[in-house]
Amino acid sequence: MSTQTAARTVPYKEKAPFDYSSYMRKGKLPHIWCSGCGHGIVLKSLLRAIDATGIQKDDIAIVSGIGCSSRTPGYLDFNTLHTLHGRALPCATGIKLAKPKLKVIVVTGDGDALAIGGNHFIHACRRNMDLTIMVYNNYIYGMTSGQSSPTTPQSMIATTARYGSIEPTFDTCTLAKAAGATFVARGTAYHAQELEKTIYDAIMHKGTSVLDILDSCPTYYGRFNKFKSASEMMEKIEKDGTLSISQADKLPPEKREGKLLRGVLHKSERPEYCEEYERLMEKAQGK
Amino acid sequence: MKKSKQKKFIQGNEACVEGALYAGCRFYAGYPITPSTEIMEVMAARLPKIGGSFIQMEDEIASMCAVVGASLGGLKSMTATSGPGFSLKQEAIGYACMTEVPCVIVNVMRSGPSTGYPTGPSQSDVMQAKWGTHGDHPAVVLTPSSVQELLYETIRAFNLAETYRTPVIILYDEVIGHMREAVTLPLPGEINVVERKKPNCPPSEYKPYDVQDGNVAPLAAYGEGYRFHVTGLYHAADGFPTSNTKLIQETNERLVNKIDRNKETICKNEEFCLDDAEIGVFAYGVCAKSAKFAVKELRSKGVKVGLLRPLTIWPFPDDAVEEMAKKVKTIIVPEMNLGQVVHEVERASKGKCDVRGLFRVDTDPIHPKQIMNAILGRPVEPTVIPSEVLIERDMIDG
Ligand SMILES: Cc1ncc(C[n+]2csc(CCOP(=O)(O)OP(=O)(O)O)c2C)c(N)n1
Repeated sequence: MSTQTAARTVPYKEKAPFDYSSYMRKGKLPHIWCSGCGHGIVLKSLLRAIDATGIQKDDIAIVSGIGCSSRTPGYLDFNTLHTLHGRALPCATGIKLAKPKLKVIVVTGDGDALAIGGNHFIHACRRNMDLTIMVYNNYIYGMTSGQSSPTTPQSMIATTARYGSIEPTFDTCTLAKAAGATFVARGTAYHAQELEKTIYDAIMHKGTSVLDILDSCPTYYGRFNKFKSASEMMEKIEKDGTLSISQADKLPPEKREGKLLRGVLHKSERPEYCEEYERLMEKAQGK
Repeated sequence: MKKSKQKKFIQGNEACVEGALYAGCRFYAGYPITPSTEIMEVMAARLPKIGGSFIQMEDEIASMCAVVGASLGGLKSMTATSGPGFSLKQEAIGYACMTEVPCVIVNVMRSGPSTGYPTGPSQSDVMQAKWGTHGDHPAVVLTPSSVQELLYETIRAFNLAETYRTPVIILYDEVIGHMREAVTLPLPGEINVVERKKPNCPPSEYKPYDVQDGNVAPLAAYGEGYRFHVTGLYHAADGFPTSNTKLIQETNERLVNKIDRNKETICKNEEFCLDDAEIGVFAYGVCAKSAKFAVKELRSKGVKVGLLRPLTIWPFPDDAVEEMAKKVKTIIVPEMNLGQVVHEVERASKGKCDVRGLFRVDTDPIHPKQIMNAILGRPVEPTVIPSEVLIERDMIDG
């Protein structure tokens, strides 16, 4: 991409504080998120990662569905689109195919991406269009006050799972890999610097990249499930509940049990959709 | 030397594609469904040849969303569908209304509800085309009734979409979609093609919903230096969500008024033998074909009957209907549904004449004979249909 400037090191480690304001829209704060919500931490990692890529703001589109997480684009100074519940991916698909030079980043919740948008999710992975899909996974429907989602763990409480959820969950990463995504990774709001690096790698990957980002909804998931505080949730779910892939390799199986892996879980090479479409056009035009 | 016009013997769905490409459509997203599929198949062949984008999406709402995305990317965009697919698109059609993203949606009507009779024509989505998505919203819906007219009306649909920054629906039925007629392709430059009004202010000053003196704001494309926000929430002129009740009221009214206040330019009717008519027929789409035949037949026998045929069904041609109602004793409204537009005709005629519906939903078009009988005040059923036509046809799921 011609507009790309020299990338700096990731994660961000310089002395001077990072200037978030140059990527934020003026006068759009305060945001709607509750105190203790993880969405803001993920937002910061996203901005630092974008900065590291050196891609210009004009060349990035950020598209979201509906939900707390999906309010992200409204605060950010890019080409931004806040769509319908579950429909961020098809909208992003249209933007990318119409304007392939744009870097398209999709911000979506676990309900948005995997329930109402589940079909779009698997087909986006299958096409391998150059989209970066960030699933903010807080195990619950935040915006609508705490109903269960496809990632609510079994036996956990939600307003529509009063006696504990009996439904098995989706593992976003396994689903994405099986559906054909060529970059699949997991990060957490707790490991914000590591997340920055993962988001950076996802953006730089050519093809569909999926990030399962664990973050917390203390207001609903936390209260219903008797977590004492937002920080306790982060520690229990994001810190103690996960292992980085490099750590995990060195541990015996019994120490890995019940833990989710962080880091890049899958990476492969397949033709990117828009490039394939370019070739298709040449063929149609007899070139 | 003057370039001679090209003639083609094509079906309605192909004519729709010809019109769309002439109008500058460069993006198509869709999901196959009878009887609209040919539009998609021809687009798949044609668009890549001229540098346009084509994509088969996973369902109809995805197609509609991709169209909105592509239009924001700066391309004239369209999708086509039928019956169940039209229902699936509705939420995203409302999104296009709210975000004021120009696009064209074709609905080749088939028999319903549900899967119904996929290969049979129908006119039962007229109300859905107006009210299908939730909330008060603008609706511009065109109802061509021949293959040539479909080509022209598709160009007009794109022009209206770009002029008013709104989705425009082209509504026709299986008969028009699959019927073949000799069609003249317009030469380049022969028909006016409207291009989207783009901002000419510096990006820092751009507000995507600042209508200034008119009802429609210029629309920048993503990736061209104007970094703006689009949301389906009520928003202020700058595009960002608002809970300001005054703004909500104003915005909703503006969305509807930008169409209603321009009714005179958007509405288009054909009037046939209406001047001295004592009986009027109000018919659109395929029924208008039968109706015109019936009117011609009866005129040749001295019956004073005329036809009002809307090419724009929404906004509804209230004034034209009222004018007709003043002249005639009765208006007959033949429709391939169980009575939809007839109620609008009743409303618009303001009690000035009698209004009678003629409805048929057995998936055969209304026969001119039925319309003639209705005009003459005779029983419209049974229609004289040769018995060999009445064989059970095999059904596909379409
Ligand atoms: C078609 C439709 N159905 C339902 C809703 C209501 N709704 C809004 S947000 C939401 C769930 C959001 O949860 P999630 O995607 O997990 O994001 P979060 O709010 O937790 O970040 C629902 C059900 C809607 N807006 N549209």
